[in-house]
Amino acid sequence: MSLEDLQTDAEGYLANRDDWSEELANELAAQMSIQLSDEHWKVLNTARAIEGESGSSPGLRKISKRSETPIKTIYKLFPDGPAKLIAKIAGIPKPKSCL
Amino acid sequence: MKTILILGAGTAGTAIAHKLRRRLLNDWDVAVVDPSSTHLYQPGLLFLSFGDETEERIVRERGSTLGKGITWHRETVKAVDTASRRVELEGADALSYDFLIIASGTEIRPDMIDGMLGEGWRKNVFDFYTLQGAKALQEGLAKFEGGRLVINIVEMPIKCPVAPLEFAFLADDYLTKRGIRDKTELVYATPLDGAFTKPLASKTLGYLLEEKGIQVETEFMTGEVDSEKNVIRSYDEREVPYDLLVTIPPHMGASFLEDSELGDELAFVPTDPHTLAAKNVERVFCIGDATDLPSSKAGSVAHFQADLMTENILGAIEGKELEPSFDGHSNCFVETGHGKAMLIDFNYETEPLPGQFPIPGIGPLPLLKECRRNHWAKLMFRHVYWHALLPARPIPISPTMSLAGKKLSAAAELGGE
Repeated sequence: MSLEDLQTDAEGYLANRDDWSEELANELAAQMSIQLSDEHWKVLNTARAIEGESGSSPGLRKISKRSETPIKTIYKLFPDGPAKLIAKIAGIPKPKSCL
Repeated sequence: MKTILILGAGTAGTAIAHKLRRRLLNDWDVAVVDPSSTHLYQPGLLFLSFGDETEERIVRERGSTLGKGITWHRETVKAVDTASRRVELEGADALSYDFLIIASGTEIRPDMIDGMLGEGWRKNVFDFYTLQGAKALQEGLAKFEGGRLVINIVEMPIKCPVAPLEFAFLADDYLTKRGIRDKTELVYATPLDGAFTKPLASKTLGYLLEEKGIQVETEFMTGEVDSEKNVIRSYDEREVPYDLLVTIPPHMGASFLEDSELGDELAFVPTDPHTLAAKNVERVFCIGDATDLPSSKAGSVAHFQADLMTENILGAIEGKELEPSFDGHSNCFVETGHGKAMLIDFNYETEPLPGQFPIPGIGPLPLLKECRRNHWAKLMFRHVYWHALLPARPIPISPTMSLAGKKLSAAAELGGE
């Protein structure tokens, strides 16, 4: 799936979970001027795994603990709002509340 | 004698203990383990902070909420050994179980944030999720003469996710009545991308923030509370100054779940979202705030789960397959101030929609809309809690969500869920 064909919701999050692939993540990240390194992937894979297990996009502290990446480092890897950027690139829903 | 052991006698633990006691014969011991001598009606803490509620009305002796037929071990849990089906206690003999229900809830952890427990704690930095916190905040607010009042959610998940927003709305009301609203900047700092995060709620309720003059600081993840400068500082080095900080600290599950086979990184129990069985272990269920589920950590959820879990446990005793019956149903009042409130009703799949509740087309309570009736219903709910929800007497609301009476088109128009 290329970026042109990609279906997203009104806020730019992936509409269909199955559309996600590693290539797509690389393209989405590039669009946000992020070149994905192994460190980025450790964070992204952790976020995807937790979302798969628990059904909701995790907060940064949980991602940080499981991926053994300090929160400050996550901010360096995904500047300008890591929670949002991680969800968009990892193809998981926006972190949200009940309202 | 066989035993169902329930760890925690809060809303979830007490309700399911009563339900099971009624349904099981006397060859079953239904036992709760909880060290605290009192039961707290937690929704009352919001009102207590503003002096609109009293401690006497929201705290009861735990013994009176459990009654006869339920064994109460007034002990602290140290660890759970699921292989030998034993629960180890601090300074007392271990307890064995045939089935275990983890209902140990969640607690705030201000110790996890640098500086939060520093000089300002309970002087101009307060929580309202504990009885002591809400009482201290009541005094702090009474002394407040204007300036910057900042409400800060440090991170999700939190108990009663709408409570911080309700606090902001009630603070606007409180400050107006005291004649110091025009001297106060009211700020709501959230780690999420808005005070409302769902499309329909943002569209239909955004006016509340504007109307009440509440400033919103988004995607703010607090790394530090600086009590010398009176600022909260985020991981990306933004600062929000405060004169009075109302913080909602990080939440974690019970300490015996930390670093255990049962708890995740935040000590919440990985739980099947529909059967409510704890994952990867036998004969263990989890209910209420202790789960890792995306459903709200709220009393109504605990109540609905208790209804459905009772059937599943009775089935499990007979060796039946567990029913995947829980749908994430949640039902909450949201105080909006000035004598009004909203009601929201939703589940895993369906976001809060407008409509009528509980009788489709009739109500009498409108959904996702402010009105005085909802406010009075919320105030009345304290009686329902003590006399029906906690002792698990019938409440005529389905444990699973109904779409009847809801305007689905409202969400469809926005491309919502």
